[in-house]
Amino acid sequence: MNELSFLGDTMRQLLSGVPLTVELTIISVSVGGALAIVLSVLRASFAPFASFVRFYVFALRGTPLLLQMFLIYYGLGQFDTVQHSVLWPFLRQPYWCAILALSLNTAAYGSEIIRGGLQSVPPGSIESARACGMSGLLLYRRVILPLALRQALPAYGSEVIAMVKSTSLASIVTLMEISGIAYAIISETYRALEVFLCAGLIYLVINFVLTRAIASLEVWLNPHLRSATS
Amino acid sequence: MTPAIVIRDLHKSFGSLEVLKGVSLDAAEGEVISIIGASGSGKSTLLRCIPLLELPDSGEIIIGGETLRMRSRHGRSEPADTTQVNRIRGTLGFVFQSFNLWPHMTVLQNLIEAPIHVQKRPRAECIAEAEALLKKVGMAEKRNAYPSHLSGGQQQRAAIARALAMRPRALLFDEPTSSLDPELVGEVLQVIAGLVAEGRTMLIVTHEMSFAAEVSSRAIFLHAGRIEEEGHPKQVFGDPVTERCRAFVARHLNR
Repeated sequence: MNELSFLGDTMRQLLSGVPLTVELTIISVSVGGALAIVLSVLRASFAPFASFVRFYVFALRGTPLLLQMFLIYYGLGQFDTVQHSVLWPFLRQPYWCAILALSLNTAAYGSEIIRGGLQSVPPGSIESARACGMSGLLLYRRVILPLALRQALPAYGSEVIAMVKSTSLASIVTLMEISGIAYAIISETYRALEVFLCAGLIYLVINFVLTRAIASLEVWLNPHLRSATS
Repeated sequence: MTPAIVIRDLHKSFGSLEVLKGVSLDAAEGEVISIIGASGSGKSTLLRCIPLLELPDSGEIIIGGETLRMRSRHGRSEPADTTQVNRIRGTLGFVFQSFNLWPHMTVLQNLIEAPIHVQKRPRAECIAEAEALLKKVGMAEKRNAYPSHLSGGQQQRAAIARALAMRPRALLFDEPTSSLDPELVGEVLQVIAGLVAEGRTMLIVTHEMSFAAEVSSRAIFLHAGRIEEEGHPKQVFGDPVTERCRAFVARHLNR
């Protein structure tokens, strides 16, 4: 009974961290996703930016996210210009540092995934769009990106799931999301096994829901890949 | 009357390979010109140069009296005004060998896409017009189908309707039946013949010799990037002047 009430209490405490975990995920996946689209389009269509984007991806994929978060949280404050800039009210808060690191990191992975999607767009579809008078942003918005993102979605789904787990690193810069709360409980109770199992269970449930949502999105976006019903 | 399409001294090379070596061509309103020639003769390249899907190295393209303005940059020719190019592309319905419908859109969405987003016409009007066009090409029942659920012939008829939805001044067909199963060729040719009967201006690159002979008002035989023979289809297909054209026609008519 004592054991059960400990688990129940732990769960209750951990669940109070779910909103922050979800919030970190949603904001960084949205911001990072938008940035990923911009980066991949720049790389595909604007030659001068291609090497910049390649370097960005190389640097952000090649170093640990934890290190990137530390660099932003502890490192940026060393510069006077940063401390006196309009961004300081944001950058001195661990919340925004975590969001920034997570967003920049997922943008690098995301842009590679979307690049693959862009390469899979049938050249004939682009050519017929040009022949109809589309070009530039209209062409991207109506034909290229809808096709590329559909193609990229399964791989991007994995990236979103990876991001849910990556938010646990935000606990290292003091944020009390699920993992942060878990560490706090353990440091009071020394019951690592039970607490981490509870935390793991919560991540599993979140990602289960997410996986189903992404699968539904795939089905909904790809009626043309299903067999004809009529 | 202003000719619908004028091409003057068009040159185009791919690397060191010169595909068009100075081609000139006038298409009057309502004229149907079939362009024939062996593969590699430059006929598809010629057709694709008209809406600048390929950029000619030199020469002039005039659509409805309006010259497509080109400029030279880094030694290569490119459009001087992309707005002009996009507007003029809208007046030239291009039909591809491989249909090139947009796979993520239904047939109806394919038809109304450019009229709404490029030509900025009211949605309701575009839908009404698209439905009439689908009826005309016999695709009314497939309006909500996706291209992947259609046969090649159905896809090509939808693609023709998509070209017509732009209210084009002229239609350009690039081997419209070449990627179709033989039993599906007829339905597409029938639709094209119907458009000929409406008096539309058309350029047709094709290997369907007997069809070309039947519907066109003029035939052009291209060889190695030049117009080798040009004239009434009766003459070009029936009694060619040049030896090459004679051999080519004999080879293709007797299949």
